[in-house]
Amino acid sequence: MLALPQAPTPPARRQLFVGTAVACSAGFTLIGGMMGLWLRMRHRALSVTDGTWVPKKISIPEVPSNIMLLSFIGIGVFAQWAVYAARRDDKRHVAIALGLTGLLGIAVINAQVAVYVHMALPIRSADGSAYGIMFYAATGTFIAFLIIGIVFSFVTAFRYLGGRTSEREIVTAHAIYWYFAAAAFTMLWFVVYVTK
Amino acid sequence: MTTIDTPPQTAPTTSGAGHALSSVAEWITTTDHKRLGRMLIGTGMIAMLGIAVVGGLLGFERIDAATISLNANSITQLFSIYRVGLALFAVLPVMLGLAVAVVPLQLGARSLAFARLAAAGFWAWFFGMDLVILSIIANGGPGGGTSKFVALFIAAFGVMLGGLTMIAISLATTVLTTRAPGMNMRRVPLFSWSVLVTALGLILMLPVAIGTVIYLYVSYRYNRVPFGGNQGILDYIGFSVTQPQTYLYALPAIGFAAEMFPLAARRRMPMRGFVLGALGLVGVAGITGVTQVQHVLPWVGSKLYLGHFGKKFGDLLDYGFFNALPVIGAVLVLLIGPLAFKGGRPKITAPLVFGVFGLGMILMGMLGGLLYGVLDLGLQGTVFEEGAYVYVCYGAILTTLGAVTYWGPKLWGRKLADKKVLPLALLGALATALASLPYYIAGFADQPANSVTFAYSGPQGLWNTLATVGHGLMVLTVAAFIGLALQGFRKGELAGDDPWDAHTLEWATSSPAPDDNFAELHTVMSAEPLLDLKSSPDLTSSPELKSKRENA
Repeated sequence: MLALPQAPTPPARRQLFVGTAVACSAGFTLIGGMMGLWLRMRHRALSVTDGTWVPKKISIPEVPSNIMLLSFIGIGVFAQWAVYAARRDDKRHVAIALGLTGLLGIAVINAQVAVYVHMALPIRSADGSAYGIMFYAATGTFIAFLIIGIVFSFVTAFRYLGGRTSEREIVTAHAIYWYFAAAAFTMLWFVVYVTK
Repeated sequence: MTTIDTPPQTAPTTSGAGHALSSVAEWITTTDHKRLGRMLIGTGMIAMLGIAVVGGLLGFERIDAATISLNANSITQLFSIYRVGLALFAVLPVMLGLAVAVVPLQLGARSLAFARLAAAGFWAWFFGMDLVILSIIANGGPGGGTSKFVALFIAAFGVMLGGLTMIAISLATTVLTTRAPGMNMRRVPLFSWSVLVTALGLILMLPVAIGTVIYLYVSYRYNRVPFGGNQGILDYIGFSVTQPQTYLYALPAIGFAAEMFPLAARRRMPMRGFVLGALGLVGVAGITGVTQVQHVLPWVGSKLYLGHFGKKFGDLLDYGFFNALPVIGAVLVLLIGPLAFKGGRPKITAPLVFGVFGLGMILMGMLGGLLYGVLDLGLQGTVFEEGAYVYVCYGAILTTLGAVTYWGPKLWGRKLADKKVLPLALLGALATALASLPYYIAGFADQPANSVTFAYSGPQGLWNTLATVGHGLMVLTVAAFIGLALQGFRKGELAGDDPWDAHTLEWATSSPAPDDNFAELHTVMSAEPLLDLKSSPDLTSSPELKSKRENA
């Protein structure tokens, strides 16, 4: 066997952080692709068919959707607070920040359910409109991302508070995930709730 | 030691059945990248055999365009499985399998990043593929008549894409974070670089397809009109199994071919930075998937006048960016690679021949894809596109056979006999050309795509007979290679640690590579660390190295 010079132990390459960022970019293109197709179908409906996209008698509640968007500001702040506290080995603040992040994630899901209840949008449309199925598919996919984020918050909390305080990288990766969720929701909010 | 550990002397001996079961369990639960890679390559190769048979059947069916020998209702299903299968059951998994098996070794890493994610990805792809096949057999899939199985097809297709995305995430993270000390991005081996470009392209593109699949599934379950029901499936997800998306799937094959040139010349790759850039250009193909639009050139040449020049230029730019840039990348690799031979005589080995032939075939497919986009040629909706598809996919598979021959010693510890494998490269190249080129000609004669009944002036029976023979020869090539590999990698000649007198880090460990790949970490000072070592004054006079070079 050829003997190359032996290397000293390399510094950690932040594998979890990079992996999470890469996975988040995959998630971003998923939501981006869905929004792209949404706009295409909307354009087709408005230009080709009778000019309706959102079914008549359906009103989209703006308050809960805007509250959801504002919640992501809080989520971002709390996730970054956890990173800040972890750097200072402040377990109590890490716990509070992660708990609040997860809690706000649950609140966003609650707001989305409120939107569903208020809209009472039938998924089957008699006129063959794509709006219902696309609305539930897009927002449902985002709920899946939220559930993943909440699980991520709890896993991070269990690992960090369980004593693995040297693993600060997971707290940073957790923050990256929520930033991605915030960016993805901003896109979804603009397309689904503003542009409609 | 904890109290639950069993001391070796008291461990119960397992029976034959128990041993077999534990062996199966080891394979199922493995996170060893070399095993995962072999599982992907093996399954992909078997799938490749099946798909080539389907290709042959469809070719046979088109020889006599007046009659239908197969069940008329199954024709759409056969076209679907052929289209989806060649790219997503065979080419992409085999490429990713090769990457999973080899990239950590090339980077000097001890394991794959997120190996459990990659393992989950393999199983998701594997079960997704099985369910896709099952759904198509049960009259599901695009154009299928049994609604439950059409829905199953859509869901399984999404699961399969999800699995492939997981593997891509694992591979991209591996290249970005587990390189040996000193190996900056410019020193990454060409194959690993091409894998990084592919993985990032897949990460951008596959989720877009998954998002579309989610819409399709919900639509199919609740309201079939908007997305066209069973007839509309391939309209929406078809972009993932056609050109230029397939260039991205074949990119690792181009990276492998690029790596073979300097190896055969025993020199460093000239203009290495350009080659890295060229491989990146091929990766532009991935962006087409993100845009979900086929970028064509509505030139209508006779109407080129000043008033429309801006629009024409815009069309040309759009078409050139998505279709021509990948071709330029592959051409650059083919032009720069042989410069390594300048001033010396290359050593012709089976991997080199497979690589060069495979690269040539992929390039032929890319050129076909370039022509297909020019609307003035009137090739849209003809079998011309199928010719390009087969060129790219079969070319990629051909290159993979060379790659397995090359890296086999590192995975199995034994080497395939060059003399036995080399004829298969020639046979495979012939098979690829026969299975594709006639469709180029038939495309110009307006033979329609995805149809077995047609009529056009010209020897339509001849073109389809040649294509059928081509598919048959491909089956023969792959089957013969699998046979040779099964025999050679089990009972063949022991390979030694560096049987090819190679340049990259994977050849610095023993063959087969141990569980953790490297006993110790190495520092890398250039893109060809082993060449540095071999050309150092202390070693060039070593009789051991001289005899190794003579044997290689």
